[in-house]
Amino acid sequence: METKEYKVTLMRDAAAAGHQPGYLLWIGCAGAFDRRYQKVAQAFAKTLIHCGIDFACLGSEETCTGDPARRAGNEMLFQMQALQVIETFKRYNISRIITICPHCFNTFKNEYPDLGGHYEVIHHSQFLQKLVDEGKLNIDKSIFSGQQITFHDPCYLGRANKEYDAPRKVLEAAGIDVMEMPRNKSFALCCGAGGAQMFKEAEPGTKEVYAERTEEALATGAGIVATACPFCMTMITDGLKKASKEESVQNLDIAEIIAQALGI
Amino acid sequence: MIKQIIFGLTLLLTLGVFAYTIWRLGKFFRFTKPYPVGDWGKRIAVFAGVGLAQTKILRRPVVGLMHALVFWGFLVITLGSVEMVIDGLTGSHRFLEVLSPVYTVIVFSGDIFAGIILVLISAFIARRLFMKIKRFYGDEMKPISKIDAYAALSIILLLMVSLLGLNMSWNQLNDQQFSNRLPVSSFLTSLFSSLPDDTVFSLHEVFWWMHILLIFIFANLLPYSKHFHVFTSLPNVLLSRLTPLGKLDHMPAMEKEVRMMMNPDQAFAATTNDAPPERFGVKDVNDVTWKNYLDALACTECGRCTSVCPANITGKKLSPRKIVMDVRARMKEKGPNLVKFGKDFEDGRSLVGDYITAEELWACTTCNACAQECPVNINQPSMIVDMRRYLVLEEAAVPSSLASMLSNIENNGAPWQYPAEEREKWMKELTR
Repeated sequence: METKEYKVTLMRDAAAAGHQPGYLLWIGCAGAFDRRYQKVAQAFAKTLIHCGIDFACLGSEETCTGDPARRAGNEMLFQMQALQVIETFKRYNISRIITICPHCFNTFKNEYPDLGGHYEVIHHSQFLQKLVDEGKLNIDKSIFSGQQITFHDPCYLGRANKEYDAPRKVLEAAGIDVMEMPRNKSFALCCGAGGAQMFKEAEPGTKEVYAERTEEALATGAGIVATACPFCMTMITDGLKKASKEESVQNLDIAEIIAQALGI
Repeated sequence: MIKQIIFGLTLLLTLGVFAYTIWRLGKFFRFTKPYPVGDWGKRIAVFAGVGLAQTKILRRPVVGLMHALVFWGFLVITLGSVEMVIDGLTGSHRFLEVLSPVYTVIVFSGDIFAGIILVLISAFIARRLFMKIKRFYGDEMKPISKIDAYAALSIILLLMVSLLGLNMSWNQLNDQQFSNRLPVSSFLTSLFSSLPDDTVFSLHEVFWWMHILLIFIFANLLPYSKHFHVFTSLPNVLLSRLTPLGKLDHMPAMEKEVRMMMNPDQAFAATTNDAPPERFGVKDVNDVTWKNYLDALACTECGRCTSVCPANITGKKLSPRKIVMDVRARMKEKGPNLVKFGKDFEDGRSLVGDYITAEELWACTTCNACAQECPVNINQPSMIVDMRRYLVLEEAAVPSSLASMLSNIENNGAPWQYPAEEREKWMKELTR
């Protein structure tokens, strides 16, 4: 097979060339810095390029949305970050944003309007569903069909924003029949990372939240735990390690599943 | 006539005590913070769904349906109680009969519901006695909560016994001619058929007074128990927070400060004469919004929130129910003194610190499972984050690992210590 280069356009280069990209692809701190989630950023960006979507990234002009600061109670830092991001968006005339992180998604969608930032915000699961609906994804269903896959709902995609169907429809499009955990959709159990927990030790207790959730995922008998959030991915991956299942059970983002099914 | 006078005085006493209680609690609201209410179209839809149709209670289908039937039964039976008050005051008998066909429907369904409620309340009592329901226990569940529950259930049980007794004796006194509109009582009326008429008449009086007096007593006990939700839950649902669960409340006072800091000239021009807030976030009960206090009065301590809380499930101290109960308890303690000594009253104690510890607050993942379950639409995570705001913005009391996350964001715009230039690294490896 030929080797293809997937080149991601940067907003600043597009602007210099006088081009206004259709979408901003917001990578988020995890997509940029977390080695595991970089793979998800790559898989999703490749999918967009594969489908000929006109998008660009901010690259080094990205900064934290302020979400973890806000949920850690530091409203001042949150607002400073948010106003800075809103300025950047204004500079590039950005109106449509795709994010690969439900936390960034929620913050842009629900919290930036209070500070004057109004955008059309799309989570990558929703964008993938749109590509499926438009018939732009030529998926080889045989790659995943017959595999045992469960899906863990990220709180900030699910309960926070009532998006339960998009990731499932995307998985379905890849020929996957999702094996639901007992606690799913609005009943889903958190992975334990939200509300800035990702960045701190858990309070004393009898168990780690991620262990509780991973056990539930493993009990379905699935060989792949699909997620759609960088924090969930870190937590479930830790849970798999703790259960010594990291060899036998994979933790994949839905974007990676789609990219694999596309053979890219 | 004498019966009417006695009834009138009893009613006056009931309403008087009730009004006093509400007036007393109402004064506490003056010491709370504003909470904007708008968008009535959406509100009414939420009220119809979560309130009248009991959609959130029904997320647990079996026990949810049991509750919903009791609730719907209450709605119908309350019409009968209104009639009893009219009858008691005017000396009329079954006054609402003027509504004839509608009345038959009310009496018919009321009688069925009385039977259903009687059975369900018995089941609820048995459930509490013999089944160890995990969410009925927990550190915040003191004996008084248990007593509250049994007292309320017993009174409701007696209310239904007296209502059915009333219907039975009424039917018997009328030669059972109402049997077709009393599906449950008529079935039991034969119990009275061997009794002489005057005995049945006395029984009718006894049941009538028993029922109405129980209502009067119940109404005045409720505001002091967790079962106050009988009155407060529907208004609480109507006044629900309508924003998506993921959204935290904006802090306009902070926005002013931040804008001033980032762009002094421009922000200065926009400054109004608003007084600066006394405090960022929630430290004590007079920092919460009036809706938060109403939430606390509407909480039935059902524990659905705590039973789905990931922190609580995994043995952490946090219990969302406790947060809500603490707001009510602290207001009970501080409220009377705020009324007496004014809004600046301090007793050296506070909600955060003396009631709720930092350990509880920091255990929350803001996953919103609690808010999703709450049958009366309480939003516990927003209360928790408001308290975190106090800890961080006023006390600079942040767990050390979070402090480094925050300083990373401040210094290099990411929760981890990586420079912004590295944000383009992943793009460079994009070849297959």
